[in-house]
Amino acid sequence: MADVIYPKLIAAKLRSQMVYRASFAVDFVSQVMAQSYELIVILVLFSQINALGGFTKNEVLLMYAFAGAAFGVADLFAGQLDNLPTYIRTGTFDVLLMRPLGTLPQIMVSDIRLRRVGRITGALAVMAYALSHVAIDWTPAKIVLTILTPMAGAVIYSAVWVVACSICFWIVEGREFANAVTYGSNAFTSYPINVYSAPLRWVMAFIVPGAFVAYYPSLALLGKEDPLGLPGWVGWTSPLVAALAATVAGLVWRFAVRHYRGTGS
Amino acid sequence: MLAGMTTNVVFGLLRLAIISAAVTAANGEIADYDIAATNTYVWIGQGLLGFVLLWGNNELAERVRSGDVVVDLYRPWHLQGALLAQDVGRGGFAFMTRLAPPMVFGMLLFPFQFPDNPVRWPLFLLSAVIALVISFGVRFLVEISAFWLLDNRGVYGFWNVTSGLLCGLTVPISFFPEWARDTLWMTPFPALLQAPIDVFLGHGSTAKLLLYQLFWAAVVLATGHLALQRAVRKVVVQGG
Amino acid sequence: MIEVRELRREFKVATSKGLRRNYKTVTAVDGVTFDVKAGEAVGYVGPNGAGKSTTIKMLTGILVPTSGHIQVSGVDPAKQRRDLAKRIGVVFGQRSQLWWDLPLKDSFDLLKSIYRVSTQDYQARLDECVELLGMQELLITPVRQLSLGQRMRGEITAALLHAPELLVLDEPTIGLDLESKERLREFLADINTRRGTTLLLTTHDLDDIERLCPRLMVIDHGRVLADGPLAELRAEVTPDRELVIDLREPGPAPDVPGVTAVRSEANGLRHHLTFRRAEITAAQLITQVVRQVEVHDLAVVEPEIDDVIRKLYQRQVDQEAHR
Ligand SMILES: Nc1ncnc2c1ncn2[C@@H]1O[C@H](COP(=O)(O)OP(=O)(O)OP(=O)(O)O)[C@@H](O)[C@H]1O
Ligand SMILES: [Mg+2]
Repeated sequence: MADVIYPKLIAAKLRSQMVYRASFAVDFVSQVMAQSYELIVILVLFSQINALGGFTKNEVLLMYAFAGAAFGVADLFAGQLDNLPTYIRTGTFDVLLMRPLGTLPQIMVSDIRLRRVGRITGALAVMAYALSHVAIDWTPAKIVLTILTPMAGAVIYSAVWVVACSICFWIVEGREFANAVTYGSNAFTSYPINVYSAPLRWVMAFIVPGAFVAYYPSLALLGKEDPLGLPGWVGWTSPLVAALAATVAGLVWRFAVRHYRGTGS
Repeated sequence: MLAGMTTNVVFGLLRLAIISAAVTAANGEIADYDIAATNTYVWIGQGLLGFVLLWGNNELAERVRSGDVVVDLYRPWHLQGALLAQDVGRGGFAFMTRLAPPMVFGMLLFPFQFPDNPVRWPLFLLSAVIALVISFGVRFLVEISAFWLLDNRGVYGFWNVTSGLLCGLTVPISFFPEWARDTLWMTPFPALLQAPIDVFLGHGSTAKLLLYQLFWAAVVLATGHLALQRAVRKVVVQGG
Repeated sequence: MIEVRELRREFKVATSKGLRRNYKTVTAVDGVTFDVKAGEAVGYVGPNGAGKSTTIKMLTGILVPTSGHIQVSGVDPAKQRRDLAKRIGVVFGQRSQLWWDLPLKDSFDLLKSIYRVSTQDYQARLDECVELLGMQELLITPVRQLSLGQRMRGEITAALLHAPELLVLDEPTIGLDLESKERLREFLADINTRRGTTLLLTTHDLDDIERLCPRLMVIDHGRVLADGPLAELRAEVTPDRELVIDLREPGPAPDVPGVTAVRSEANGLRHHLTFRRAEITAAQLITQVVRQVEVHDLAVVEPEIDDVIRKLYQRQVDQEAHR
């Protein structure tokens, strides 16, 4: 029962978007382009080299595609958190708190933009290409892993988004900082993490668990050793890491909302 | 301010890591870029980004949409010239706050390729200023497209999404396959970031780079001027 | 229904002077204690910045108190916000909980799902509100096209669809014209008496209080200055009442012990007398007056509610000066 309301809220939002029949096609294309950006970078780099951090072009493309699909899904829902500063400033957040629903799910469905599907579409296309061009010893378990990886990744990105945006409850211009973390970790996770220097890797891989979005699952799928020496089973733990990240994000959000101070009027 | 600085540094570090890994994989050099040059390239790019203001705020376009632009047009000034003057003024400030910090950061923390000849410093500055003018010109064109499209957010978003690649912010243009490289150098885009960086690093003929930039500055500004004239006529007709 | 003990809320505000940033603490609500029983209608008044909205936000679970104890409808708002939301209705005159781009009816339908109201109950309650508030034509209008008064009717309906036992309103009549205000008051009085819905409302329009709220709470600088029935407060702060008499023939004011003739008008045709509630009742006074002079008409004038509140503030200021 509880879940039936959210589809309705989403439908309501889509209906009200029809009022401003914005240039959907242009927006959609922009989203596909945004997703292609990193793809072009990868292709340009591989026009000069054969391997990056010991990985071939198609292997890197697989990581890129996992990261892109996960980010696309996260963006579809958690992307609304970018509106949080506005909601706080205009008092809309008060209204969310008046309802017998969680604030986080309400925000996530508050401004769904269908055109964001553009990102996911682009990423899935590359994923199909990469999967058919890398050598994988398919087993049923690996098929499950392939399907679970983008979902777990979406949860991890969403958790990162929630935690990063929680800062907006304290700092007015927190959004720019939050975007550095979210978009930054998207760019980060599209590449094998052994290309990064140790401090960056530690922060971005284990504090922000970006390495579990694409890198470790790809290693497991490809049956490759981790150049940094972590055991092979790590690649199968992304769903666990996602659950953990979601829990932490929930707690941080709860803590942050308790510090909500509203506006003066 | 602080948030902007953090963003800038984080993205700089990420790009540096990736391009350096590529350079290492290619035995230490790709198209004149060794590790020191790569580092220099990344941090000048991060600085220029804010100095030339690659991504504007689309404010003029919003004024066109709301109709407020009429006020701007009937002031006794040349709108484009006045805005350019403002932008150059902004650049003077951004030099200290946006351009210098990432460059100093790169110089202090990483191997840095200083110019072989001290005269490159003033030349780089000159090139950066021309880049700022071209950047202004391109933004101006994007914004006044609102006179014809009314809602130019598609164009604006398009520019924001593609400019990083077209101008050489994310990967040096010389890494591109030959056909793409040649095509890009026929457009004004590399003049915004890649050209000043090349002047600093001494890649290619500096005189040619500066001439290329001056040419595009003239073209972009002239196009803006003509487009604005037509737009004004359109507004006057609509208003009457 | 509502139980509030020693409620406090502080805000840290940045006071930047030049480059250095200092923080100072503003205490918006400073040790407020009160109870509201089921079925009451309470007016919560005070000057701008007194702490009314802050109190309301804490009662409804929007803000977490700095300290103190609250229980509303048997739950702690900060801890059980969602439970509470199902039991109470909230209207902020300055915020909208409706969906801006959708027709009013669509917003109601969504709220029906959010609060899980059965179709039957929903229809009955909606019909009643539509009828009483005269909203028949408004239902298909997108909210953004509604006038302020029309929207406010929608907001109140939205807050009542789940039949809350408590309705909290923060300045519901702000910006409305006289007719809309009157209609709203009538409606609120009706649901308070007929349905027994408890009302707590803040307002700057004292007519709202006069019409709706037998009980008044006055707050300033985050502290409750007075709390009680309007009549009692009047008696307490303004012990003097006034009797206006119109004589048949011009003449001097009647002379009753303990009563002062403050002024006379129309060449001695009308006289204003003030008397102390504690010393003489209006009935006694009138009896004595008609014995002395021939009276054409008379009226007992209660001090204006504004006067009462002004006096309360004054008393507070005096007390603080004494300390
Ligand atoms: N979010 C906030 N941040 C800082 N200060 C606040 C905040 N909210 C309220 N205040 C301060 O707390 C005090 C009480 O504000 P509140 O909004 O409760 O007053 P009010 O009684 O509702 O006044 P009004 O009649 O103007 O609505 C004011 O001094 C206000 O500046
Ligand atoms: Mg208020």
